[in-house]
Amino acid sequence: MPQGNNGVAIHADNVSRHYKMGDALIRAVDDVSLSVGTGEFLALLGSSGSGKSTLLNLLAGLDRPTAGAIVVRGRNLAEMDTHELARYRSLTVGMVFQAFNLLPRMTLEENVELPLRLAEVERADRAARVREALEHVHLEKRLAHRPSELSGGEQQRAALARALVNRPTILLADEPTGNLDSATGEEIMLLLKNFNQSMGMTIVMVTHERPLAERFAHRIATVADGKLISVTEKSRDGAQS
Amino acid sequence: MKIGDLTELAVRNLREAILRNSLTTLGVAVGVASLVAMLSLGVGLQQFASQRLTNSGLFNAIFVASRYNTGDYERRSRQNQPADSSTPARPLDESARWEIAGLPNVNEVYPEIRFMTEVRYNDKPYPTMVAGMPDSARTDGAFDGMQGKFFSSSGADETILQIEFAKELSEQPSSLIGKDLVLRYAERQALPAQGGKAAKSSPAGGFSVVPHEKKLRIVGIISTEPEGGFGAFGRSRVFIPLTVAETLSATQVSDLRDVLNGSSKTSSYASLTVRVKSPTQVPQVEAAIKSMGFTTFSLLDTTRNLRLFFTVIDLLLGIFGSLALAVATLGIVNTLVMAILERRREIGVFKALGADDRDIKQLFFAEAGVMGLVGGIAGVALGWLIGKGVTLGTNIYLSRQNLPAVNISAVPLWLALGAIAFAIAVSLAAGLYPASRAAHLNPVEALRYE
Repeated sequence: MPQGNNGVAIHADNVSRHYKMGDALIRAVDDVSLSVGTGEFLALLGSSGSGKSTLLNLLAGLDRPTAGAIVVRGRNLAEMDTHELARYRSLTVGMVFQAFNLLPRMTLEENVELPLRLAEVERADRAARVREALEHVHLEKRLAHRPSELSGGEQQRAALARALVNRPTILLADEPTGNLDSATGEEIMLLLKNFNQSMGMTIVMVTHERPLAERFAHRIATVADGKLISVTEKSRDGAQS
Repeated sequence: MKIGDLTELAVRNLREAILRNSLTTLGVAVGVASLVAMLSLGVGLQQFASQRLTNSGLFNAIFVASRYNTGDYERRSRQNQPADSSTPARPLDESARWEIAGLPNVNEVYPEIRFMTEVRYNDKPYPTMVAGMPDSARTDGAFDGMQGKFFSSSGADETILQIEFAKELSEQPSSLIGKDLVLRYAERQALPAQGGKAAKSSPAGGFSVVPHEKKLRIVGIISTEPEGGFGAFGRSRVFIPLTVAETLSATQVSDLRDVLNGSSKTSSYASLTVRVKSPTQVPQVEAAIKSMGFTTFSLLDTTRNLRLFFTVIDLLLGIFGSLALAVATLGIVNTLVMAILERRREIGVFKALGADDRDIKQLFFAEAGVMGLVGGIAGVALGWLIGKGVTLGTNIYLSRQNLPAVNISAVPLWLALGAIAFAIAVSLAAGLYPASRAAHLNPVEALRYE
C-alpha cells in the first residue's frame, strides 16, 4: 500500500515495455503494477539490467509502455500526445540522473534556468526561482560556475536544484548517488529526504544499493528481469515488514 | 520556448563550435555574395543603360512632324501608330509650336536644328554637322561626364565638341577648351515675292543662300552624342546653343521641302521635339498632339523591351549566382547533422526537462536561421565589394582606352534585403531535415549516448 496520506500520486497498472531485438523479444518491464502514494519515498531496487530504470523512464513519460497504463493525476501517460507528455515532464515531474546531465557549456544559473525557459516562465520571475532552487541545495553562491568547476556532489545538488525549479510534485531519481562517494551520496540522500519531508514531494528513486534504500525509502519495490518481485513496506520506526 | 530564449540558445550553441559554424556561415556568405555580385552587375548594367538612354532624352520626348512631310517619321508612324485621318494635316510652324507648348505636362518644345557646316580651326577646314541644343540639356544629364562646362547662357557664342571631332582638330582634345573656332555656314535669305526686299524668314517664294561665318569659343568636349541622331539625317559633332542656332538661319533640308511644296506661306519646322515632364505622361501628350493634325513618334515601347531584356538577364544571373548558395546549403545540412551527433545527450536532457519535439526542431531551425542571417549580411557586403571591384577593374580598363568611367554594379535596398531573406529561407530549408531528425530522437536513447 502507498505510504502517503493524500492518495495515489502514480499508479502503474499491468505496465509492460517490450523491445524487439532481431528475432528476440526483450521484456524490459513485464506486467508491473505499482502505486506510489502522494508524499511517499519509494525505492526501486534491483540489479543492473533488471528493468528498474526502464520503469522509471516510463513513469517519467520519457518512454511509452507497450501495454498497460500509468495514471498520474487522473491522466494515463500512455494516451498522452508528445506535447502533453512534454508538459508533464516539465511541470509535474523533476528528474535527476546518475550522470548528473548538467550541460557543460552553461553556468549553474543557466542550467537551473533551462526548465524555466522550456516552461516559458516569464524572464522577470526566473532569477528569483533559480536562486530559491539553489538555496535549497546550498549552492546559491556558485551561480556563475560551470559544472566542470564543481565537485561531483555539487553537480548532483545542482541537478537537484534544476529538477526542483519548476516546483514539481514528483521527483524521479535514477541512481542519484551512483557516481558519488559514500559521504557525498549521504548528503544527496539527506537532501532528498528533506524534500520528501518538508515539501511533501513524492520521490521514486532507482538504486541498486539496498542499504541506502532501506535507510531512506518508505517502501522498497524490488525488480528483477522486468518483473516486480516484491514490495517491502517499512514501518515509521524504520523496521521492514 | 519563447523566441527570445530560442535565439539566445541558438546563438550560444553556434558560438560553442565557433570554427565549424563560422566556416559554414562563410559558405553561406560566399553563396550570397556570388548571387548579389551577379545581380548587382545585372542591376548596375540595367541602370547604366537606362541612365544613358534617359540622358539621351529619348524617353520623355515626343518627336513631332507635319503630315505634309514624307520620310522617316511618317513611315514609322504608319508602322506603329495609325495616323488620325479625321484631323486635317497642318504645317508645323511657329503657331503649332506654341500650341503644343501650351498642352498640359509639356516642359518645352523646340525645333530640331541641324545643318551642314564647315568648321575652320587653325586655318584648316573640317566639314561636319552642327546641332542646336536646348538650355534644358544643362540639367537633364545629357551632358554629364563631359570635359569643360555647358554653355554659359542660351545666347552665348560657345560650342561643345564631340570627342571624335575634337580629336580631328587636335591630338590633345582637352587642350581645345577655351580656344576659338569659326563656323562657316549657308545662311538662308528669302527672296521677295515680287522684287521686294529679301526677308530671312519667308521662303515661300524661294530663298537665296549666303555664306556666313560665326566665331565660337570651345567650352566643352563630350564623349557621346547626347541625342543620338534619332529621326535626323546624320550625327552631329558640334553643338551650339539652340537660340544661337535659330538666329543663324542656316539652311536646312526642310527649307528645300517648303519651297518644293509651295503651299506654305511661312517658314515651318522639319520637326519639333516635345519634352514631357515624365515618361508616363508621354501617351496622353502624344494623343493630344496627334489630334492637332501632326505625326508623332516616341520610344516608350523600346523602354519596355529593354526592361524585359534585363529582367531575363537578371534571372539568368540569379540562377548562376544561386548555384554557390545551393552548395552552401549542403554545408549547413552537414554542420547541423554533426551538431545532432555531438549534442545527442543534450537533446535527451532537454526532452527530460520538458522540451517538446517542436522546441528541439525550432532550436535547430533557429541555428540554421542565424547562420543564414549572418551569412546573408556578410554575403551582401562581400557581393557589394565584388561589384565595386569589378567596376574598379572595368574603369581602369576604360581609362586606358580613353573612355569615361562607368558604374556597372549596384546593390539597391531591395536586392540587399531580398538576398538576406533568401539566405535565411535557404538556410531554414537546409535545416529542415536535421531539425526533424533531432526532434524525433528518442530521449531515453539520447540520454544513454556517451
